[in-house]
Amino acid sequence: MKKLVALLLVMVMAISMAACGGTPAGGNGGKASGTEIYFLNFKPEIAEVYTKIAADYEAETGVKVNVVTAASGTYETTLKAEIAKAEPPTIFQINGPVGFQSWKDYCLDLSGTKLYGYLSDKSLAVSEGKGVYGIPYVVEGYGIIYNNAIMEKYFALSDKAVSINSASEIKNFATLKAVVEDMTAKKDQLGIQGVFASTSLNQGEQWRWQTHLANLPLYYEFKDNTAFDNTVLAGLDAKEITFKYGSNYRNIFDLYINNSITAKGLLGSKSVNDSMAEFALGQVAMVQNGNWAWSQIAGVEGNTVKAEDIKFMPIYTGVAGEENQGLCVGTENYFAINSKVSKEKQDASIAFLEWLFSSEKGKSYVTKDLGFIAPFTTFTDDEKPSDPLAKEVLAWMEKSGVTSVAWTFAAFPSEDFKNYFGDALLEYAQGGKSWEEVETVVKDSWKSEKAK
Amino acid sequence: MQESYKKYFFLFALPTVLAFLIAFVIPFFMGIYLSFTEFTTVIDARWVGFSNYIKAFSANNEFVNALWFTVKFTVVSVISINLLAFTLASILTSGIKATNIFRTVFFMPNLIGGIVLGYIWQIIINGFLYKMEATLTTDPRYGFWGLVLLMNWQLIGYMMIIYIAGIQSIPVELIDSACVDGATPLQVLRHVTIPVVMPSFTICLFLTLTNSFRLFDQNLALTAGAPSRKTAMLALDIYNTFYGKTNWEGVGQAKAVIFSILVAVIAAGQLFLTRSKEVEG
Repeated sequence: MKKLVALLLVMVMAISMAACGGTPAGGNGGKASGTEIYFLNFKPEIAEVYTKIAADYEAETGVKVNVVTAASGTYETTLKAEIAKAEPPTIFQINGPVGFQSWKDYCLDLSGTKLYGYLSDKSLAVSEGKGVYGIPYVVEGYGIIYNNAIMEKYFALSDKAVSINSASEIKNFATLKAVVEDMTAKKDQLGIQGVFASTSLNQGEQWRWQTHLANLPLYYEFKDNTAFDNTVLAGLDAKEITFKYGSNYRNIFDLYINNSITAKGLLGSKSVNDSMAEFALGQVAMVQNGNWAWSQIAGVEGNTVKAEDIKFMPIYTGVAGEENQGLCVGTENYFAINSKVSKEKQDASIAFLEWLFSSEKGKSYVTKDLGFIAPFTTFTDDEKPSDPLAKEVLAWMEKSGVTSVAWTFAAFPSEDFKNYFGDALLEYAQGGKSWEEVETVVKDSWKSEKAK
Repeated sequence: MQESYKKYFFLFALPTVLAFLIAFVIPFFMGIYLSFTEFTTVIDARWVGFSNYIKAFSANNEFVNALWFTVKFTVVSVISINLLAFTLASILTSGIKATNIFRTVFFMPNLIGGIVLGYIWQIIINGFLYKMEATLTTDPRYGFWGLVLLMNWQLIGYMMIIYIAGIQSIPVELIDSACVDGATPLQVLRHVTIPVVMPSFTICLFLTLTNSFRLFDQNLALTAGAPSRKTAMLALDIYNTFYGKTNWEGVGQAKAVIFSILVAVIAAGQLFLTRSKEVEG
C-alpha cells in the first residue's frame, strides 16, 4: 500500500513537472509544395465552413488552401506570430484604417484586381493614395434585437402606459424608454425576468458597449464636423474629442442596466453568450447585438424565439432627429493580401477570393453557409442571405428616409481606448465611478491613445 | 578514459546546448534588441534607442501600479504559502495516520493548469460574492485576495513535499539528543529542525518568490486586471502593452526586459541571503 502511494506521488510529481514545461499552441506549419495559400480566418464561428470551402476549392483547382482560425479575440496576437514565420499567411484581415496603419508594410495594393472591381461601393475599401489595401467582404448591421412575440403580448395589455400599438412605432428614445420602463413594471405579466439581456461587462465581453454602442455618440460628434463628409475620416483626424453626446450614451446605457435581467453589481461576470442565451430562452425581450447573432440564438438549446418574431430596431439615444436613424451598418472585416510572399502565392490568393465571391459554388457558400451580406455586384437579389436578422438589416438599409449609422468605431484610436472605456463602464455600473468620471476617462484616453 | 570523455564532451552536450540556445539564449538577446526598436513583427524592426524605456514609465502609471500590486502580492503570498506549507509538513511528519493520503491530496491542486484554476476559482468566488450582489470586479481587494487564495491553494502542496523531504532527512539522533538535553518542542523546532531544513527553505522561497512575481495565467483567468487594471500584475501589464496598443510592441518588450532584470535581481538576492544561513549537513 505504502509503495503504491509512493509510486502515485512520484507519478504525480512527474506529471506536474511536465505540466510546468507547457507547450505553446502551435499553428499549422504548412509545407511548401506547389501552390499553397494560407488563409488566417478571423471568425471562429464559421471556421468549419471555411474548411469545407477549402476542400472544395482544392478539388476544383488543385490549389491547397490552408485555413487557420484564430481563437476569439486573439486575431492580432495570432497574426503577429504567424506572419513572422517562414510560411506566413497569404490572406489575412485588417479591421479598417486603424488596423491598416499597423499592417501597412504587409498589405498588397489590390486596386488592379477583379475583386476590387466587384465591390458595389468602392468607397468601402481601405485605401491610401491611389492604392487599395483592404477589401471588405461582409456588411453587417447591429441594433436592438427584439422578440416581437413578447412585444405583442405587451401591446395587447389593457393597462399599458403608452399609446402606440406595435414595436415598429418606436421611433425615438423617449418612446423606447416609456415602453421599456412600463414593461419592467409588468414583467411578471409578460413572463419575462427583465426587458434587456445582461449588459455583459466581463473582461473581453465588453465590445457591445465600448465599441458598438460607443459608435453612436461619436458618429454624431464627428458628423457635426463639416470639414469631412465621412465620420470615419473625421474621427481619424480628431486628436481630441469632446464626447458631446455622452449624455445620450448615458441615456441608453442607464436604460439597459436599470431594466436588465441581472442586478447592476453582477454585470461584471456576464458574457455575451449569457445574454444571447437569456434572449433565446425568452427570459428577456431585447438585446443589443448584430445580425451575426442569429446562429447563436438559433443554436441555444431550448430556444423559444421563432425566426419570424425576431426583429431589429435602431439604437435610439435621444439625439434630435433620430426618427430617421437606421441601424448601424458597416464592416470591420477587410481582406488583405500579404505583400511579402511570392507573386505566385499572391495571385493564387486573389484567385481564391475571386472564386469565392463570383463563382456559383463560392457564392452559394457565402450566402447559405457563411451567411454574409457580401458587398459585391456579383450577387443578384435572390442570392441574398436568408437568415432573419440579415434580412432585417437589408430591409432597414432599403427603407426610404432612413439613414444608416456608419461604423465610426473604425476610427477609434486603439484597442486600449476601447478597454479603458469598457473598464470605466464596469465601474460605473458597479457604482465605483460617477458618470462624469466615465466621460473624463473617455476623453482622456482618446487623447492619450491618439498621441501615440 | 578521461581523454575520451573530453573528446566526446561537446558531442554529448550538443543537444542540450542547442535546445538552450534556440529556446532561451537567442530569444533572450533578440528580446533585448527588440526593446530598443519599434516593430510589428519580430522580423522587421526600426531602431529607436531608449524611447521605449522612457515611454514605459512616462506614458501612464500602469507599469508602476502593476509593479506595486505585484510586490504586495508577492510579499503576502510568499509568507502565507511557506508558513502553511511548513506547518502542514510538520503535521504530516509527526506520525499521524494516513499521512500519505493527505500528502497526495494536498499535492493534487498543483496538477491543474493556471488558466483552469483561475476560472474555477472565479466561479467559486463569484458564487460566494453573488450573495452580496458583488463580483470579483467590484473591488480590487477582492481580486487581490482571490489571487492570494488561489496561489496558496495551488502551491502549498508542492512546497509541503519539499519541506517533508527536508524534515525527514533530519537524523533521529539529533532530535533525541536535544530532547535528552531538555529542549522543549519549540526549542527543537527553532534550534534543530529549522537550521537543518534551511536548504528546503532556500528552494521553497525561491520557487514561491519567482512564481508569484511572474504570475500570469492565474491573473489573466481570475480577474484579467478588472476593475480598470487595478489587479493587473507585471506580466499581464506587459501582455496588455504588447497587444493592446498600436505600435507599442517595443514598449511592451522594454517592460519585459525590466521585468526579467527585476526577477533575476530579486531571486539572486534571496538565494544569497538564505544560502548564508544554511548549515553544513
